[in-house]
Amino acid sequence: MRRKLLLLSTAVCAGLPLSALSDDKPVETYQPWAAKNKTIQEPLGGLKGDAARGRKLAIDGGKGNCLACHIMPVPEEEFHGEIGPPLTKIGKRFDEAKLRMRIVNIQTIIPDSLMPPFYKNPAELNRVAEKYKGRTILTAQEVEDVVAYLMTLK
Amino acid sequence: MKLNSTILVSAGFAALCACAGAIAGEVFSGYTLLQQATKDMQDDDFMNPGMAAVAKGAALFSAQGKKAVSCASCHGEGGKKLDPKRIAQYPVLDAKTKRPVTLQQRILNEWAEQLGNAPLKYESEDALALETFVRNLARGQVVNVQIDGAMAPFYEQGQKLYEMRAGQLNMACNLCHDNFPKQKLRAQVLSQGQTNGFPLYRLADGMVIGTQTRINQCYKSVRAEQQPYGSEEFALMELYMNGRGNGLKIETPAVRF
Repeated sequence: MRRKLLLLSTAVCAGLPLSALSDDKPVETYQPWAAKNKTIQEPLGGLKGDAARGRKLAIDGGKGNCLACHIMPVPEEEFHGEIGPPLTKIGKRFDEAKLRMRIVNIQTIIPDSLMPPFYKNPAELNRVAEKYKGRTILTAQEVEDVVAYLMTLK
Repeated sequence: MKLNSTILVSAGFAALCACAGAIAGEVFSGYTLLQQATKDMQDDDFMNPGMAAVAKGAALFSAQGKKAVSCASCHGEGGKKLDPKRIAQYPVLDAKTKRPVTLQQRILNEWAEQLGNAPLKYESEDALALETFVRNLARGQVVNVQIDGAMAPFYEQGQKLYEMRAGQLNMACNLCHDNFPKQKLRAQVLSQGQTNGFPLYRLADGMVIGTQTRINQCYKSVRAEQQPYGSEEFALMELYMNGRGNGLKIETPAVRF
């Protein structure tokens, strides 16, 4: 606890955003999920998402980075990517269970998709850099936050 | 709605092409995606910052090695006895090892064996300067890598690596560069991943970089392990990447973002 506090204060002094600390967090235990008919019905870890946090994660280049490929209703950010479909009304097109599946691992639905699997079993990934070994791109909570945010896009 | 369906259709088309496992349509140089100011910078030898590496490479080419000979002793002043058409064929099948050897590896081998010098590190500044100088001698030549016959199995292995998912982001080169060239990834326009300008001056790095450095930069962004330079795997990838650009004109040193 003391060490954590020390780290925190060092980061604040250095003017680093708190997100820079996220990689130093202990590795979250991967929680297996079950897919059914291209959906994941149950929230990961039974967690409840927060749409406001989800919006921040969706924009964050080191987290969701959705803007790299998708047009989104985020007017304060320039240069939205155009590789994937626009997410402007994605909450109308898909329900929560379908969105969760697509964020967790869209490659189970579209095998050739270049969209990263945000919550794939880390043991099934190939040649992951040391710093990211054993970790999912988003935590279970973060996935649920992004799902909650996307559900607001109607 | 129209935009929506256009994107969906093009994504569907790209997915179809992905099954074929190669570039859809014509090969094109990353040059065509540059802004005019960057094209002008590349085209004018006095403005092209990559020409400094050519000059440095030229000096190394004529510098005497420990065995009191230089590259120029055999290959002529300024490399005038080197055949530009042969340079455009690299990677080629090495007569001794019966495996593909990259241009830079061939130069490094000669540097140590024929000149008796201390080995240069692959992708180091001097190694890149020598490669840039030699490749520049073939500027304007058409890339012409052998991809059939004895080279076919190596070419296929290179393609497999190019199409292998890697890193926490679980991406492969072809997923962007075969399927979505000319489309925007955030503010950046995706290229076809062609190598005809390498070694090239990358404005984002402020230096000349080689093909293998560029691959490692992509690996880093998909959070994959860095691969060792000069490895057999990288030679296979370079063979595939140069070969898939057969027909493009060599631009070394190109200027890119």
